[in-house]
Amino acid sequence: MTLPDVAYHRATSLADACRLGEQLGSEAAFLAGGTELLPDYLRQRESARHLIALDGLSELRGIAEDGDTLVIGGLTSIAEVAGSPLVRSWFPALAEAARAIGSPFIRSRATIGGNFCRAVPCADTPPAAVAAGARVRLVGPLGTRELEAGDFIIGPRQTALVAGEVLTAIAIPRQPAASGGSYQRFARRKGAALAVAAVAARVVMDGPVIGDVRLALGAVAPVPMLAARAAARLRGERPSAGLFALAGDECAGEALPITDVRATAEFRRDLVRVLARRALAQAVQRAEGTA
Amino acid sequence: MLLTINGRPHDVHVEPFESLASTLRERLQMLGTKVGCDRGECGTCTVLLDDVPVYSCLVLTRSCEGRRIRTIEGVATANELHPVQRAFVTHDAVQCGYCTPGQVMSAIALLEQHALPSDDEIRRSMSGNLCRCGCYPKIHAAVKSVAAAAVEANDDR
Repeated sequence: MTLPDVAYHRATSLADACRLGEQLGSEAAFLAGGTELLPDYLRQRESARHLIALDGLSELRGIAEDGDTLVIGGLTSIAEVAGSPLVRSWFPALAEAARAIGSPFIRSRATIGGNFCRAVPCADTPPAAVAAGARVRLVGPLGTRELEAGDFIIGPRQTALVAGEVLTAIAIPRQPAASGGSYQRFARRKGAALAVAAVAARVVMDGPVIGDVRLALGAVAPVPMLAARAAARLRGERPSAGLFALAGDECAGEALPITDVRATAEFRRDLVRVLARRALAQAVQRAEGTA
Repeated sequence: MLLTINGRPHDVHVEPFESLASTLRERLQMLGTKVGCDRGECGTCTVLLDDVPVYSCLVLTRSCEGRRIRTIEGVATANELHPVQRAFVTHDAVQCGYCTPGQVMSAIALLEQHALPSDDEIRRSMSGNLCRCGCYPKIHAAVKSVAAAAVEANDDR
């Protein structure tokens, strides 16, 4: 593909990227892995006349522990998130979500920052991050700020970013003791297929009963959505297959799915019901150290 | 800008928003690399960038300066096919052939990294290359045979 009327800028530093982005405003788009942005030009979902390439900002790449936070640089590739021993030990469900994305050649180029900033409703890493209570770190004209991952994505392909603002990192908090996570998704194939529905869970056990629960639904709402009613039903209860089935029903009721080329809304609701059950069962198993 | 393709320098003029696949095919007439979907879903345009397989339709040529590009044109020598190419012929892993250059590049990258991949590793790492003729079992067998032959050759030494 060749588009004639696009200018290419290569940011030399984070400050340079922010300055260019602010100057060019809505005329500019930041280019990270390009696996979503470039096809979006062909699908006529993107029309920015200036591309600001971020590939030179190596400081935004990499995964490191910083006290009680795991900091995943915005330009870290999805493949690296999927294979990272750190991510696997802090919150394996996030690595599993990353591994589910696209094909190997998409994962080696796509970035976790891009997965958030393009804000496609069926994106895999945002629900897992929301379940983990992650925050996103932004740098730009408003200075440095941090938002809850769930507040960052505000609609389909819409984020809280202002012009010139760059997502520098996803910050995963250290997970509570006796907690476990899970990421369950359904797609038409195991490889190279978008999620039709997904459920990410994090369960914190309080002795024999469920303490805190976060259930984030993916691909069945405009944004990665926390299922609050399902979580309320689970708190204080002893885990059982029957309880998970009730919670699955609540999730199916709370979801706001649409019908599109991949599935009908009804089918998505049914998927959410099943995926929520599986996610809860695995999260509890992991929390109890039996999986 | 200067591109290094199959070990040779190429001086080309490219547009800012031009994919590597376009540059290869339209400016350099290297037509071995095919374009199917042109949006990173099918894998026919797979080339190696610093030995890592990429969809060349999703890579802007501008970002390739100073990097090592390998395409299907560079895998055979003047007289001899690459072992992966030979295996594709032996196993009849080709029907229409359109996806083959991408399949071969993908398999070469896999075998360079894992000399003896498991069945699951072959399936996973080649899951980004679609074959609409459905030659997957034969492609799988071809890739597996190259790995097995390499191990045998090693044992003979």
